[in-house]
Amino acid sequence: MKNTASHITGYSTYAIILIVLLALTTLSVLATGYHLGAFTVGLALLIAGIKVATVISYYMHIRSENLFLKLAVIGVFVLFGLVIIITFFDYLFR
Amino acid sequence: MAAIGGENYTSYLNHRGKYHGILSWLLTTDHKRIGLMYFYVIAAFFFIAASLGVMMRTELIAPGETIMGPQTYNGLFTVHGIIMIFIIVIPGLSVIFGNFFLPILIGARDVAFPKLNLLSFYLFCLGAVLAVLSQFTGGGPPDTGWTFYVPYSVESSTNVIFALTAAFILGFSSILTGLNFIVTIHKMRAPGMSFFRMPLFSWSLYATAWIQVLATPIIGITLLMVIAERVLGIGFFDPSLGGDPVLFQHLFWIYSHPAVYIMILPAMGIATEIFPTFSQKPVFGYMAIALSSLAIAFIGYFVWGHHMFTSGTSYFSRLFFSLLTFLVAVPSAIKVFNWVATMYGGSIDLKPPLLYAIGFIFLFMIGGLTGLIQGALATNIQVHDTAFVVAHFHYIIFGGMGFAAFAGIHYWFPKMFGRMYNIRLANIAFGIIFTGFNLFYFPQLIIGMQGMPRRYFDYLPQFSTGQFISTIGAYILFTGLVMMLINLLYARRRGAPAPANPWKGVTLEWQIPSPPPLENFDVLPEITRRPYFFGEPINAK
Amino acid sequence: MADHHVHSEHIDRETGKLAMWIFLFTELFLFGGLFLVYAVFRAKYSEDFHTAADDLNTFIGTLNTVFLLTSSMTVAMAITAIQKNERNLAFMLVLVTLFLAALFMIDKYIEWSHEIKNSIYPGSEILKNKPHGELLFFGLYFMMTGLHALHVFIGMTLLTINLVKIKTGSINQEHFLLLENSGLYWHLVDLIWIFLFPLLYLVT
Repeated sequence: MKNTASHITGYSTYAIILIVLLALTTLSVLATGYHLGAFTVGLALLIAGIKVATVISYYMHIRSENLFLKLAVIGVFVLFGLVIIITFFDYLFR
Repeated sequence: MAAIGGENYTSYLNHRGKYHGILSWLLTTDHKRIGLMYFYVIAAFFFIAASLGVMMRTELIAPGETIMGPQTYNGLFTVHGIIMIFIIVIPGLSVIFGNFFLPILIGARDVAFPKLNLLSFYLFCLGAVLAVLSQFTGGGPPDTGWTFYVPYSVESSTNVIFALTAAFILGFSSILTGLNFIVTIHKMRAPGMSFFRMPLFSWSLYATAWIQVLATPIIGITLLMVIAERVLGIGFFDPSLGGDPVLFQHLFWIYSHPAVYIMILPAMGIATEIFPTFSQKPVFGYMAIALSSLAIAFIGYFVWGHHMFTSGTSYFSRLFFSLLTFLVAVPSAIKVFNWVATMYGGSIDLKPPLLYAIGFIFLFMIGGLTGLIQGALATNIQVHDTAFVVAHFHYIIFGGMGFAAFAGIHYWFPKMFGRMYNIRLANIAFGIIFTGFNLFYFPQLIIGMQGMPRRYFDYLPQFSTGQFISTIGAYILFTGLVMMLINLLYARRRGAPAPANPWKGVTLEWQIPSPPPLENFDVLPEITRRPYFFGEPINAK
Repeated sequence: MADHHVHSEHIDRETGKLAMWIFLFTELFLFGGLFLVYAVFRAKYSEDFHTAADDLNTFIGTLNTVFLLTSSMTVAMAITAIQKNERNLAFMLVLVTLFLAALFMIDKYIEWSHEIKNSIYPGSEILKNKPHGELLFFGLYFMMTGLHALHVFIGMTLLTINLVKIKTGSINQEHFLLLENSGLYWHLVDLIWIFLFPLLYLVT
């Protein structure tokens, strides 16, 4: 059975990613200390989104997976986002 | 490759493997045996739930109490719905015909994960058992309707948690089946079978599997929330604690609307297999049908609010959902055009599968058109929660998916069992079923429009005539169903041996013996062209 | 060191990974339902959510985030190790992952005990007397972290199975699909927490 795209990610790559993730975590903890009003949630979620994308891309190797899987992952998040938005069509405009 | 059953090979029914007797079935990982086990369980539950329906119809034959009181009636329509929806129509065509035929249609020996397939079956049985047990334990049969709306599902003293747990487990079974099918279709197609050389039943199973995987978890978590509400008073749906009961409706229908596409997509797929065979003509518009399946699955994700037009949702939300509801009808209509166009100019062979398939188109269209009446905001208010809705969904689910299921049974019976049923008896049963069906449900459209509420065990005298005719129709329908069942049961044991290809079909299942051998193919086929080519079989070199 | 076990058949690596990813999609939607409820009530009761979140210990929450992020790194490294046939290293890395997971659970236990001791749990009298938004916040808090903790527990079980199989050699340089898929599952547990953390702890 042929070995498909069996490239091995180095330990140092993983360590660097962890440092990035910890830095982002620190950033979000500090940032929400400030009073940014409605944007606090937005900023926290944005940072969380970047962390999630990082974990998925590097730790979960989406970067080296085929296009279908990449699209499926994006599609799942988009679909879920749409469901939330459409639900808010009700709640925002009651 | 072998043609007639009875030649020098062992069918999957007679195969002797590691286990013997009943264990060779209970511990099988053969997709065909698993499909058959699902078939028997689902058929049994269908007749149970149908009988419950007949009992409901008997109560409604005249105003006032006829054979049962209101509490019993509420319990009956609840369990009728739970069994029909979660045990029969959601899993049904996928686990019976999908399991049996998907691997064969794509030229594989089995699904991607045969053991997972068996696990799906056992989870299914567990869920079904729990659903039955909910009738006889705790505070009595649930009376909330299969839709479990809060606040009543939180307040009802009946055995709601059992039913919720049963639905949860059945959902998990559905997810695992969908997962299995997606991977099977991606990874196990025969050499040369690109996605666009797959038969269209496989396409419909593919679209269905994605819905199973992406929608079912939402009902899973929602059922858990209701349990949390009942047991812990968590407050999400309780206005006195700041919650919103309409939020339950959103969550419930975010799954349960896509669920109806889980029901209908495989049914459409079966119809798409039958029309070319019995017209001896390639299917019209292969690409349109394949893409329509995906479109229905996708758009169907965004229409859930049309179940909630009278619940107090925002005007903007109602507009949005109404628009999307009309949009989702388009790919379905495209399919209907394509089926009719497939038959046009073909060499029509009016055998039972085609009869049921034509019946399917007729009844599905009535169901679909009455759906549009509900999808329009103004008319929805008139018909919401009336018998009109009940008739609509029975036309779609029973007339649509049910008739497609009967078509599939009559189409693939000779392949699955190696025997042929009595054609004349099958045709007569069809006629009785079709007549009874319309006599049953058409009056419900009328009295529903006139104001007859749904889920009521009693009614005003003005609806008596309609209800009476309906009940007679139900009895006729049930008689037809029993006739169909007896015909098939007899054929199972004593029917004439069936050839490999009694209908002159050109998809892969007709190129192997009836019944198929355990591993489906002696040699895995190599596919060189699109399906539905009526010159030579698909894998001819 | 044990040699290859003779299995009846190994699942093809790409097939197995695809299946795992699809399963992860279902988990995302399972938690998604709770996130939807959170979004609805957060929008309606923003003030109450702020007040209630103040009750939570941001330090413990941050610590838990660090534990899970680090454990994601260690399990990813474990897969590299097994691919490089560094079996002992792989074993140690999975063990560290398990250890970090245990620390997470201990933290959770401390947190929950603290709340329950103060009579803050779904259905309690104290909670019923709080403003609606706060009651709902804690309902969401317990249900979301509870469901998440269940998944941490399942992940720990998977990782333990992996430890055994690395030891016996059935997970090795040629066949490590179980480790890879368990890693994916573990990353999902991490992903959920990455979203939970700001939504529950950082809304102050």
